[in-house]
Amino acid sequence: MRNNKLLHIITIVTIALSILIVSAFILFFINASDVMSSWKKGVRIMAYLKNNTHEKEFPELKNKIIDMYGVQDVTIVTKEEAMESLKNQMSRQASIFENLRENPLPDAFEVRMIASTQNWEKIEDLAKNIESLSAVSDVEYGQRWLGRFTSIFTLFRLAGYAMCVVFFMASVFIVANTIRLLFYSRHDEIEIMRLVGATDNFIKAPFYIEGMLQGAFGGVAGIFILFLIFAVIAANIEQSSIAYMFDIRFLPMEVITGVIFCSIIAGWLGCFLSLKQYVKN
Amino acid sequence: MTKKNSNDQIIRMFHVYKRYGAKAALFDITLDIYKNEFLLVTGPSGAGKSTLLKLLYLGEATSEGQILIDGMNLTRITNNQIPYFRRMFGIIFQDYKLIPTKTVFENIALVLEASGKKASYIQKKVNSVLRTVGMEEKLNSYPPSLSGGEQQRIAVARAIVGEPKIILADEPTGSLDSDSANIIMNLLLDFHKRGATIVLATHDKELISNSNGRKIYLKQGQLQQ
Repeated sequence: MRNNKLLHIITIVTIALSILIVSAFILFFINASDVMSSWKKGVRIMAYLKNNTHEKEFPELKNKIIDMYGVQDVTIVTKEEAMESLKNQMSRQASIFENLRENPLPDAFEVRMIASTQNWEKIEDLAKNIESLSAVSDVEYGQRWLGRFTSIFTLFRLAGYAMCVVFFMASVFIVANTIRLLFYSRHDEIEIMRLVGATDNFIKAPFYIEGMLQGAFGGVAGIFILFLIFAVIAANIEQSSIAYMFDIRFLPMEVITGVIFCSIIAGWLGCFLSLKQYVKN
Repeated sequence: MTKKNSNDQIIRMFHVYKRYGAKAALFDITLDIYKNEFLLVTGPSGAGKSTLLKLLYLGEATSEGQILIDGMNLTRITNNQIPYFRRMFGIIFQDYKLIPTKTVFENIALVLEASGKKASYIQKKVNSVLRTVGMEEKLNSYPPSLSGGEQQRIAVARAIVGEPKIILADEPTGSLDSDSANIIMNLLLDFHKRGATIVLATHDKELISNSNGRKIYLKQGQLQQ
């Protein structure tokens, strides 16, 4: 083992890089999920009514929408309330409103959804149902792009899972290869151990320890490098103008533990595959 | 040699053959080796002396015939049992077969570690055998820093540390000067006096003539009577 320092270092660095890439993806997904969750919480459907809809129809319409699946509450926003709100938002441009002869804004319902039903397909289904009401002229559920983003994100996540598997297997084969090289470099020593009555388990134990240590060191190093990169990025974001949009966080402790555990398992598995071959020989 | 009882055999070989392809390295060997016997297996180079020893510690399998060691039939020993079986032997080679990256102490301790002995026992026992072979000063040295004679003394220490029933020595003095060879032979004789069976393969005529043990002669794989 003393003579194979370079081999160990190369293996640990390669595992660390694999772990770094996988962990970076996990970190991205965790933070992207957080951001999307916060965006989704803000999703509400605005149902704009036709101009000829009379105020007397509002309660019936409201009840119809409330009865729809996934609706938490419905608020009526009259055209007067909408105008008032708009004026408040645009108080500095008050002159725009002075020349208006009549209120061009329609009456509307603001529909909020039950949190548990906020997946994109359900939001779309609900929007379609509301749109099918005769009094409704148009439905808008802001952040329409969020749907597309969610689809891309889902695809990205699947690619992430595949990448985790690929890098896990890569780590396994790297360790397997190192252990095989170590095994051959210590062939004479192992032969002597056999002659003095050492069992296969006694001979294999140091290799398993070595494989698992390589996995552990690689895992810790990968996470540590990721933390350094994260710290730099987080510091830059905090100082930038988009800081209020994101509340980024590092990997939770259970994920860190899981990643290091997986890299130890990769070390063990690499060793197992390598030594299985040796027992056959 | 005193007359032995039929129950005294520790090693029995019945019509043993060892072939490598079409070539027979050992041919119809039938041999009894008795408990606490000092047996010299002699013969020229290539006669099959080393092959005979390898068959005894299951370094190689017989092609034909049966070998019984301490009542165990070697053909019935499974791969998993071989390590436990080998603990019955102390084996000495002409090229010492010490692990160069381990210290003298570690090389000897390996035998006891492999058989699951406690660290305190290992410490005591290894120091004791190092004193026996006169190498207690070298316990932290690495084999490549020792002379051939010193390395072979370490190999003897490793062979006897587990207190085996049988010592198999394959040309143990083959690469040593006469002084070192005498030291090794005296160590083996000393261990023999303490009850071990010694099977020593050699073609060293001086060693053969100076030894009081039974001698058998191998020629072209056959036992000469």
